[in-house]
Amino acid sequence: MCLAVPGKVLEIEERDGTTMASVDFGGVVKEVCLEYLPDLRVGEYAIVHVGFALQRLDEESARRTLDLFAELGMLQEEFGDPWEAATQAGGAAFDHLDGLGGPREAGR
Amino acid sequence: MKYIDEFQDPELARRLLDSIHAAVTRPWALMEVCGGQTHTIIRHGIDQLLPDEVELIHGPGCPVCVTPLEVIDKALEIASRPGVIFCSFGDMLRVPGTGRDLFGVRSEGGDVRVVYSPLDALRIARQNPDRQVVFFGIGFETTAPPNAMTVYQARRLGIRNFSLLVSHVRVPPAIEAIMRSPACRVQAFLAAGHVCSVMGTGEYPALAERYRVPIVVTGFEPLDILEGVRRTVLQLERGEHAVENAYRRAVLDEGNPAARAMLDDVFEVTDRAWRGIGVIPDSGWQLSARYRDFDAEHRFSVAGITTLEPAACRAGEVLQGLLKPHECEAFGSVCTPRTPLGATMVSSEGACAAYYLYRRLDVAAPRLEASPVV
Ligand code: SF4
Repeated sequence: MCLAVPGKVLEIEERDGTTMASVDFGGVVKEVCLEYLPDLRVGEYAIVHVGFALQRLDEESARRTLDLFAELGMLQEEFGDPWEAATQAGGAAFDHLDGLGGPREAGR
Repeated sequence: MKYIDEFQDPELARRLLDSIHAAVTRPWALMEVCGGQTHTIIRHGIDQLLPDEVELIHGPGCPVCVTPLEVIDKALEIASRPGVIFCSFGDMLRVPGTGRDLFGVRSEGGDVRVVYSPLDALRIARQNPDRQVVFFGIGFETTAPPNAMTVYQARRLGIRNFSLLVSHVRVPPAIEAIMRSPACRVQAFLAAGHVCSVMGTGEYPALAERYRVPIVVTGFEPLDILEGVRRTVLQLERGEHAVENAYRRAVLDEGNPAARAMLDDVFEVTDRAWRGIGVIPDSGWQLSARYRDFDAEHRFSVAGITTLEPAACRAGEVLQGLLKPHECEAFGSVCTPRTPLGATMVSSEGACAAYYLYRRLDVAAPRLEASPVV
């Protein structure tokens, strides 16, 4: 949960008076609130935590971090299906950490 | 010596390690505050690549782990009520309360939903005006601003069927509590980078000065950790105790002013109990008076629930760096991720889970075989 993941802003729109963006995390696209980084523009990168952009990041370090997270399976941990993980429970719930790899969209 | 082929830049890793090895002349104990850093360290065997003199002690920085049992029990109670939709981040599902967990409440018919963002919970509230929607608001300074914004939006939009079960915690008072413990061995801190992305570095100079302890703001990738350790060791060897920012790409000195302003508006500082550790003064946030209406504890009258933690679990000592997870008698026998006694074993950021997952897997399947470094 504490993992903050870098993502790239694809699209920005106002919704109910709140600035929201579609953000791409190495293939997984999520809705992200930009209220804490109102100057963020399409094409820029930011560190995102639980659906909120918290700090700008330059493209190169964002890409490096995403690659690393994907390699370690951490994106799946962040965006994967928690019910599935909890059902499997125990050690098996964490197998994906050990090399199964990339991100997988699960609902949204 | 282990190998580091998993590092994204093994050459740079080697240079950082060489420089740490060259600098060290005597034993030092450093605490990495954040559970995410603990996982990077164990996953990559960074503790084994470092000189024997440098000991890494795992800190209390796992929000799931430090959430007190009584708050979990309050969550279970609220989630079991008819008409309630209880929303939480996924990693709280299997954290044991007294006798059961949120996952169990769901299989007994409770409407427990996992959300990616607190704003998802607010959307669920708007879609279900005849139900009460409660979001489980735990976490450090990184998670508190999203939750604060959600409550602010609920108030602004007049959404009355939404509330927050709040158990937010703050890092600097925990660092202070660790330094004040008579058993404390910590000589320097690797501060949690993403907490500082929000809060900046302003809270640390006073701590560094008061306890004469170096504090280096550190990121989460293996190279970040090595650089944090390198800077910390250089300071210790020189007898310095400054605050340094080794995570400039994500941390500005002032943090995120908009997020901090929202925190000040929605929350107020309060004493808070940490699981296994006890109450630390000023170490938490609760909703400020203007937002009290959104406090689930009051809305559902669970403020009276208090519970004691099981004595067998030594997570409190693990979280304060007094005990390594495998030194706990229950570790790996009665206590496993499948049958966790404490939250530190169930959380994906918990120190006990990190030891269980990686150290043991290392033994079963050695995998770091290529490109020797030192
Ligand atoms: S191994 Fe289990 S019982 Fe021991 S401290 Fe960790 S969580 Fe608690």
